[in-house]
Amino acid sequence: MPETSETAYNFAYLDEQTKRMIRRAILKGVAVPGYQVPFASREMPMPYGWGTGGVQVSAACLTPEDTFKVIDQGADDTTNAVSIRKFFQKVAEVAVTEHTNEATVIQTRHRIPETPLTEDQILVYQVPIPEPLRFLEPSEVETRRMHALEDYGLMHVKLYEDIARHGEIATAYAYPVTVEDRYVMDPSPIPKFDNPKLESAALQLFGAGREQRIYAVPPYTKVVSLDFDDYPFDPSKAPHPCALCGAEHTYLDEVIVDDAGGRMFVCSDTDYCASRQAEQAA
Amino acid sequence: MTPLLDVQSLTKSYGGRIGCADVSFRLYPGEVLGIVGESGSGKSTLLNCLAGHLAPDAGEIIFDTRAEGPRDVLQMSEPERRMLGRTDWAFVHQNPRDGLRMRISAGGNVGERLMAVGARHYGEIREAATDWLNRVEISGDRIDDRPAAFSGGMQQRLQIARNLVTGPRLVFMDEPTGGLDVSVQARLLDLIRGLVRRMGLSAIVVTHDLAVVRLLADRLMVMKGGHVIETGLTDQVLDDPQAPYTQLLVSSVLQV
Amino acid sequence: MIEVQGLGKQFTLHNQGGAVIPVLEGAAFSVAPGECVALTGKSGAGKSTVMRILYGNYLAQAGSVMIGDIDLTRAEPREVLALRRETLGYVSQFLRVVPRVPTLEVVAEPLLALGAEEQVAFGRAQTLLSRLRIPETLWSLSPTTFSGGEQQRVNIARGFAHAYPALLLDEPTASLDAQNRETVLTLIEEAKAGGAAIVGIFHDLEARNRVADREVDVSAFTPRAAA
Repeated sequence: MPETSETAYNFAYLDEQTKRMIRRAILKGVAVPGYQVPFASREMPMPYGWGTGGVQVSAACLTPEDTFKVIDQGADDTTNAVSIRKFFQKVAEVAVTEHTNEATVIQTRHRIPETPLTEDQILVYQVPIPEPLRFLEPSEVETRRMHALEDYGLMHVKLYEDIARHGEIATAYAYPVTVEDRYVMDPSPIPKFDNPKLESAALQLFGAGREQRIYAVPPYTKVVSLDFDDYPFDPSKAPHPCALCGAEHTYLDEVIVDDAGGRMFVCSDTDYCASRQAEQAA
Repeated sequence: MTPLLDVQSLTKSYGGRIGCADVSFRLYPGEVLGIVGESGSGKSTLLNCLAGHLAPDAGEIIFDTRAEGPRDVLQMSEPERRMLGRTDWAFVHQNPRDGLRMRISAGGNVGERLMAVGARHYGEIREAATDWLNRVEISGDRIDDRPAAFSGGMQQRLQIARNLVTGPRLVFMDEPTGGLDVSVQARLLDLIRGLVRRMGLSAIVVTHDLAVVRLLADRLMVMKGGHVIETGLTDQVLDDPQAPYTQLLVSSVLQV
Repeated sequence: MIEVQGLGKQFTLHNQGGAVIPVLEGAAFSVAPGECVALTGKSGAGKSTVMRILYGNYLAQAGSVMIGDIDLTRAEPREVLALRRETLGYVSQFLRVVPRVPTLEVVAEPLLALGAEEQVAFGRAQTLLSRLRIPETLWSLSPTTFSGGEQQRVNIARGFAHAYPALLLDEPTASLDAQNRETVLTLIEEAKAGGAAIVGIFHDLEARNRVADREVDVSAFTPRAAA
């Protein structure tokens, strides 16, 4: 093949050695669910905060036969989702889709699709801050030791403070979980509404590019959201049905529709909402 | 009677400099041991070695654990030592800022050790925190205030509550009344003494203040240059000191 | 109950050229249960030194002090502490207490330390404070602010709270008025009747003659070199 600017890249942008390194980190993450595996994060052709960790994990997972889907806050059509999708169309020439059930690899920013995932799918999360203890204990040396020794009292101190101050656990996203009765994990800033979906048939991989960490939740892993006996975990959401498809069991975005303060609540998962509307029209 | 703590030939040096050398003693349940000496005498090094903050070069620290009887703390795994550190042991720092989480409420500070050992009922944790705030004479309505809003004496009392909430059997104190006003010191000493007796605590108190040990300690260990140079009953060591250095130390105290 | 043999004591003042001051040599006496022995001798003869050695407050360089079956000069610190808790009481001339602790608690403390019920301990403390005429309004206050005489009486109440089998009294009637002096002497007589072995220093001759069965002149133990 003649070398053009496009074919100058290896398949899926990263060189094979890098992909092997990332796959080793992924395998280690799968072997120790919830444990943050350090990896040598590469410079990617996009700024940190735009999903460089997720992109590297996706690049290491993709094969030419895969069908790729990208969502940003549940939507397929936002800038971040579109540019990452286009990126892999260009550097891996994989098929892309907006339909959750057609995708084999789904990269996500801050949501889990409403449609239940299957054993044939991989969900790749973009993670800004992988360390759930970061804002409680600034020292990385100390937090690593706390993970190693399962010294998690501090995590509950945070929830205690929430209740003391707000009368309830006020953490609404990035709600910490215990994975397989061992590691406390930050599920990335997904709404706590999505936490129950972390117990999934799909393989879930988490990539933090700037922080150089990869972690994983293998299929059917036990994932428990932290709480108190008398303040149990509550995956609540806005008490409205979707204004477009009428769904009452989905996570909703609040949309301002005019300058007079008019607003509506619609499904954050655009594919799920569109599918329901199509069904209703048929 | 089995000693609660049996320390044998504990030695720690920093390069060529001696931190503490060949220190041995036994602490029995309910006893308060005072360690006195001037800055650089090795008393803080010794305390930090005992409490597991520093790794000694040689020696044994045998602690009479609840579950398995006497065990060498230095041979324990890190998780075991940490568990000990948040259940049966307590450490009261000289500066409450070192022993408290300044950005966490008083209640959260007291509750942390409970949550660390598995307490998962908010109401009960809060009840225990309120009870302990009362015991250290902090009003229950300050439970949601951060320690930064407290006076130095209150912070120190909060630190004590935070440490004693799990009912430890051995408390390490590093200059517990240092940096406090004299009137506040007296109140704190009284409080510590009351808690020690009511809870049957054993304690090791490091201080350079002889008045503190006279009121708190049953026994004294005098250190100089990393070595223990004299031991005995507190009042005996203070009233009839034998070693030249101890005589100097005692005679240097201003009489009030 | 108290058996002193060959007791010797000297002070070495390391910071004053290593001066060695011998103060006692070959001191020997014994006190039976129910007996009160008064230490006599002129000021500086070593009465207080003997008392302090008997309490374990001073170290002896020679000899032995048997309190019951424990040799105080060779006992471990914790054995001395247990002895002081259970067997050996001491009423000094000066009250030394933690600031802020209420008088009632100061007096009840020796009983509480022995594990007595609070009700029993405080009951006993109340009885003693009443007998020694400490006004009830003062019981909840710390004795650190009291007058010298009041402090002395609190000290005596504390010393008699527990019925120690061996009791050391250092000037128990000093600075007391006639009524309180009478109460203290009665307390001493009660302790003797209860079988306590008592060693006392009494400058008050009348008091000494009333409660002491024997006198031991400590001048006899003053080392010749120093005499």
